[in-house]
Amino acid sequence: MTDLNTTGAAPGPRKKTSLMVQDARTKKRNAAEKRFRLYGVLAIGIAVLALVTLLASVLINGSSAFRQTFITMDIYLDPAKLDKKGTGAIEDIAKVSTFGYAPLIQQAFETVFEKDNIGVEGMTPKTAAELISPEGSAQLRRYVLANPEEIGDTVSFDFLAGGRIDGYFKGRVTMASAELDSNVTPEQLQLADQLKDAGVLRTKFNWDFLTNADASENRPEAAGLGVAIIGSLYMMMVVLVLALPIGVAASIYLEEFAPKNRWTDIIEVNIANLAAVPSIVFGILGLAIFINFAGLPKSAPIVGGLVLTLMTLPTIIIATRASLKSVPPSIRSAALGIGASKMQTVFHHVLPLALPGILTGTILGLAQALGETAPLLLIGMVAFVRDFPGAPPEGLFDPAAALPVQVYNWTQRADPAFVERAQGAIITLLVFLLIMNTVAIILRRRFERRW
Amino acid sequence: MEDMYHMDRAMTGTQDIKISARDVNVYYGEKHAIKNVSVEIADKTVTAFIGPSGCGKSTFLRCINRMNDTIDIARVTGNILIDGEDITDPRVDPVQLRAKVGMVFQKPNPFPKSIYDNVAYGPKIHGMSRNKTDLDEIVERALRRGAIWEEVKDRLHEPGTGLSGGQQQRLCIARAVATEPEVLLMDEPCSALDPIATAQVEELIDELRQNYSVVIVTHSMQQAARVSQKTAFFHLGDMVEYGETDKIFTNPEDPRTESYISGRIG
Repeated sequence: MTDLNTTGAAPGPRKKTSLMVQDARTKKRNAAEKRFRLYGVLAIGIAVLALVTLLASVLINGSSAFRQTFITMDIYLDPAKLDKKGTGAIEDIAKVSTFGYAPLIQQAFETVFEKDNIGVEGMTPKTAAELISPEGSAQLRRYVLANPEEIGDTVSFDFLAGGRIDGYFKGRVTMASAELDSNVTPEQLQLADQLKDAGVLRTKFNWDFLTNADASENRPEAAGLGVAIIGSLYMMMVVLVLALPIGVAASIYLEEFAPKNRWTDIIEVNIANLAAVPSIVFGILGLAIFINFAGLPKSAPIVGGLVLTLMTLPTIIIATRASLKSVPPSIRSAALGIGASKMQTVFHHVLPLALPGILTGTILGLAQALGETAPLLLIGMVAFVRDFPGAPPEGLFDPAAALPVQVYNWTQRADPAFVERAQGAIITLLVFLLIMNTVAIILRRRFERRW
Repeated sequence: MEDMYHMDRAMTGTQDIKISARDVNVYYGEKHAIKNVSVEIADKTVTAFIGPSGCGKSTFLRCINRMNDTIDIARVTGNILIDGEDITDPRVDPVQLRAKVGMVFQKPNPFPKSIYDNVAYGPKIHGMSRNKTDLDEIVERALRRGAIWEEVKDRLHEPGTGLSGGQQQRLCIARAVATEPEVLLMDEPCSALDPIATAQVEELIDELRQNYSVVIVTHSMQQAARVSQKTAFFHLGDMVEYGETDKIFTNPEDPRTESYISGRIG
């Protein structure tokens, strides 16, 4: 590319030429530069296009996961149904299963039909109740068990609409598709339209998506990311607590104290190799060591955190060593020259200067770990977990999910409503990554010092 | 100006020996960088090491505070005595030694901290002050000795890296003298400075002679002639000639010295 191959040409006297005319050689060089610039612009254009397409597709498909259709009705908590013995004892109320709440919901629909004068031919309150998610009666039951003193009162309650009804308002389900669908009828959709006009049915922002636990196959409308977010958070805590000190200590030792001999060379090469090991291998390792050998529980954030720590360590070590290397040696000489010990030199002068680089490397390592799926599949984080893990440190040993695994999980399910959920989860994951990267940039700006 | 130095030099006749090196050899891996150098450096004197690039003068300087220890492949043999104590003895902790033998480097290298913290760092880590007032005094004294107090007294808490090159170098000298060393090593302290800053630093070196034994490595023969009383000429790892600066520059004994001084080699 660069025209250096002039060897062999006998150095003769230069021909006299005018500077006003470009000679052939100059023209060629200028053309080469122009071509190269064009390639560059093209490459960037393709990259930007890919990014925009990706983001747009995820945002368009996933943003609806954050909105959910609710049916708000006044419901009479009938003591005759919920507290048959009339004792008010919580044990007795708990005996009523979710099926026992169905009549209350039907009753509520009847009231709504009469009051707002709506109805569709062939729809009874009983069939209308199918508009509500199977989760609806469970929600109501949980509410009653939490507030048993309200039995006998009439309360306004937000019921989750069924997944198909929700899909109807998000354009996923149409009258035509409802004809063919055994889970929903066109009449139900008509009724949903009427309820919407009456203001009973509304679509609103869905915090539950971020706070709820995962839900079973047939109630996508109730599925949330709560357990996955907490699981990922716990794992990041484990990674940060383990990988940062171990990684920084290892890099400082290797960079500043270790003698430069064959052993340290071997270690160095292996750390670099470790960074290139496929992540699923770490999963197998975690399964063999942490679960089978050490006997730690499956699906637990502690195991996930340990595996991700192993994965993140090389990243942190490489980043930390690079930033330690970039501290000018004159600073070390200066400190040593006035009688600081090696340790004082490193901790008083070198480390503070390397800090922005270390922090950036660590956060980027964490971000990489946050998005890692493969190793977690092998240690059982893929399990269906309904219960929130407890508070740390004990909670680290409880089963939990993880954000990227939740995405994987949801894409495996049959109901198309889960596709929307999975995209929503991706948005959440991207937001977390964005926040972490922003923090990295801010820290870098803040701590960066000139020398 | 030069005349004044010459007069000074005449007055400082015989002195106590501060540093005494015997048969010092330095190897960088296979390379034999210093060959059998023996030299006696007097107290309260400026001794200059001159010679062409790569002749080993900086290497020898770095033996005196054992900075070569920080280079993995460097190996030093022979003895260097400061006040009769052998600093190459394994019992000597280089950290303690470096508090006694201060060093100023070629490129000004202040810490990226405030001017005050730059100077206070040495006294702090050596536990030289009991309280803040003590430390303030030490910092002021050091900055005065570094001939920079007047310029920075109003901005002690601004970063040291914000000063000009000459000021930075004087700050580094102040930082070195703050730990109350007995010997001050200077490795081409003016090579990164402009002529005006160089003149200021040279003047300062001459003042420092009152309190310290100063050893300065320099590329500039004029500088050696201006500031030093004794001069050693190094060539290819050998110390070719050592003696009174006047004599080295006017009447060298070795033909190699003469050809270097007259500009034929180097």
